[in-house]
Amino acid sequence: MADRARFAEEALPLAPQLYSAAMRMTRNNADAEDLVQETYLKGYRSYATFEEGTNLRAWLFRILTNTYINSYRAKQRRPEETDLDSIEDFYLYRRIGGLEEALASRSAEDELMDLFTDDEVKQALEDLPENFRLPVLLADVEGFSYKEIAEMLDIPMGTVMSRLHRGRKAMQKALFTFAEQRGLVPPSDAAPTDEEPVTMVDNPAGEQAGARRG
Amino acid sequence: MDDCGEVLRELEPYLDRELSEEEWTSVQGHLEDCLDCLHVFDFHAELRMIISKKCRQDALPPGLLAKIESCFGTVDQEEAGAGETGLA
Repeated sequence: MADRARFAEEALPLAPQLYSAAMRMTRNNADAEDLVQETYLKGYRSYATFEEGTNLRAWLFRILTNTYINSYRAKQRRPEETDLDSIEDFYLYRRIGGLEEALASRSAEDELMDLFTDDEVKQALEDLPENFRLPVLLADVEGFSYKEIAEMLDIPMGTVMSRLHRGRKAMQKALFTFAEQRGLVPPSDAAPTDEEPVTMVDNPAGEQAGARRG
Repeated sequence: MDDCGEVLRELEPYLDRELSEEEWTSVQGHLEDCLDCLHVFDFHAELRMIISKKCRQDALPPGLLAKIESCFGTVDQEEAGAGETGLA
């Protein structure tokens, strides 16, 4: 039982991270709580199979992800995946990339932080179609590598990369919609929508962009 | 790497820390000379930081840790019981 005492000691401090991820997956407190509890229970029971010296956090996230996929995903609605591919690259940058200079009264570093509320960012992630939400959560929030995510989701690395690319664009579009709704930015029909190179984005203060960091 | 389009295609693997050292150096070299690309990379790095920060701040429900620890106790008891009484 010595091993298990060690599991409790090393795994329990990760509970806040696992719970936040479970919230993004299940999108409700009760399921998130159950999912985390089940993850720890499975981890505790199978701790003997954990290879010493490997990454306990990745191991637990793998259990969390598998448990979610097998037990919780089925009972949730499956959002539409249409239109995801029609979103252009650098969606958000094309629209608000020059905004930092436009709102010069605030510090440039804080600008994006101020623009989106915590709830909006969470919502943008949680609203992603399932297949895209998990890779984006595991990469952008939890910082796992393509290889780790491929193993957790049991999909090829190329699929991880393509889902990340498409999921990130969709998330940027959702964020921009929130900014529009609050009147923080001009409506999107005033923004460039064609496929011109991103460096051609209308950014009159562009020359100053690098200067702020010296 | 001289071509902006080529560098911008590496944006995601760059931020994901998935580039080889050689590729990373090549992108980095371009960013030192090209303010337009630097601006794009900075923007997305900042966005990534915001997403990560804002999506992992949920407060742990009170009592969850205690529930988990109590689960551990139950597993220990079950297994000890199974060991002692066999299939009885």
